Amino acid sequence: MLDMYAEEILERYKDPVNKGVIKNATSEVHETNPLCGDSLDIYLKIESGKITDAKFNGFGCAISQASADILLGIVKGKGVENAKNTTKDNFLKTLGISLSPARLKCALLSWHALMIAIGNRQNGH
Amino acid sequence: MDVEKIKADFPILKRKINGKKLVYLDSAATSQKPVQVISAIKEYYENRNANVSRSVHKLGEEATEAYENARKTVAKLINANSEKEIIFVRNATEGINLVAYSYFLPVAQAGGKIISTVMEHHSNIVPWQFINSMGIDLKFVGVTKDFGLDMENLNKIISAGTKLVTITHASNVLGTINDINQVSKIAHDNGSLFMVDAAQSVPHMPVDVQKLDCDFLVFSGHKMLGPTGIGVLYAKEEHLENMKPFNYGGDMIKEVGLEKTAFNDVPWKFEAGTPNIAGAIGLKAAVDYLNRIGFNSIRKHETKLTKYSLGEFSKLDNVETYGPSDATKRGCVISFNIKNVHPHDAASLLDRQGIAIRSGHACAQPLMEWLGAKAVARASGYIYNDKNDIDALVGGIEKVKRMFGV
Repeated sequence: MLDMYAEEILERYKDPVNKGVIKNATSEVHETNPLCGDSLDIYLKIESGKITDAKFNGFGCAISQASADILLGIVKGKGVENAKNTTKDNFLKTLGISLSPARLKCALLSWHALMIAIGNRQNGH
Repeated sequence: MDVEKIKADFPILKRKINGKKLVYLDSAATSQKPVQVISAIKEYYENRNANVSRSVHKLGEEATEAYENARKTVAKLINANSEKEIIFVRNATEGINLVAYSYFLPVAQAGGKIISTVMEHHSNIVPWQFINSMGIDLKFVGVTKDFGLDMENLNKIISAGTKLVTITHASNVLGTINDINQVSKIAHDNGSLFMVDAAQSVPHMPVDVQKLDCDFLVFSGHKMLGPTGIGVLYAKEEHLENMKPFNYGGDMIKEVGLEKTAFNDVPWKFEAGTPNIAGAIGLKAAVDYLNRIGFNSIRKHETKLTKYSLGEFSKLDNVETYGPSDATKRGCVISFNIKNVHPHDAASLLDRQGIAIRSGHACAQPLMEWLGAKAVARASGYIYNDKNDIDALVGGIEKVKRMFGV
């Protein structure tokens, strides 16, 4: 397991690949973390059942920002149905960060938003 | 004031966190408890535990005496006219809710105005939004560039129909100590009542309700070395006499029939059900402890610590602090942000060094919005903190900065 503040995470936080806004997004979801008041927007461009572009924007800690960046990297280019298989546990396993219970919410903020964005409400909440 | 000796009274300060000695700088959230308070609660449960008011046996008498003694100690602490003006509640939040429900809800439909401020903790905003939904206007006084209350703004929005002005004595984010007397005068000159949220002041400085000339004042026991679950509402007796009960049930009655009940006298009219007896006893022990040090000495110590902290923070590049620069005008609450580092990350990384601070919106989201800071990191000091703790914090911040390349 990676340390919460491993170099990989910090680098991803400082230099995100998937941060930004998609102007003609087909799906847009705003999620907040009531614990800290942080918020995150997820933008998806879905064309013929495929996620052709994915971006996030917002303000958050290194954990929430880096995990959002990593998550969108995973689902970009995937079919929507395929993306739905990215379960909470799968995603956390891929992330591979050792998280304290309080910080688990930070890591999963983007995942919740993504699930709502691809219509997987059951998983989203 | 001998901080080393004080530290020795707090068992938790001997704890190691992540292998490091605990540096506790989160007293604005809750204070730690000295062995004297913990022992007083233990002694009560081991030797005098009984219900209050109703039992005629020896233990019942002793428990009642101890509970009412706590009320007397609190009345003396804030110089209330009589102990009848002291209502035990769970915390400052419940005290504010009691005033909202018992005084303002019954008159809300008649209209008028309540004035709060942008500087408030959510506890002094949200209850008033509820009363506002019942028919009273709600307005907020703004904050000035030097982190004080905008008095000009207050003078502008107050009017003859204003029923309540309610403000924080000391800000839990900025540290600002507000000029209570000035606000009190403006409120009363306009025929309004005046309430003070003293959760961040009573633990740290002498507070005299008669000098402040307030109608209501609230604070929490747990922020002043006492246990959680006990707080205080002070209200002028004349108001308490006219107010409706808050909760209904046992203990708050004189005589009960199936159709009608005669309520108990104040203060018991507002204390339905078995109260937090052990909490009140713990709070008394806490007040006794603080009185032995002396509130003037506490204030002096904290002013010195604040001045030192502000000096050390000013040497840090890319670290912004929020609040008045004059230590004599503020409490020992230092809210800050490190450039490009989220406060949660700062707090997590400081925690690894055994340093406990708060991070987030500090229950003051409207103030955060005003500051243009979505969240802050907050270090707050108390009687058991000294320069070494501040040095540890500043060293910790340097380390966070290095990790994030700031």
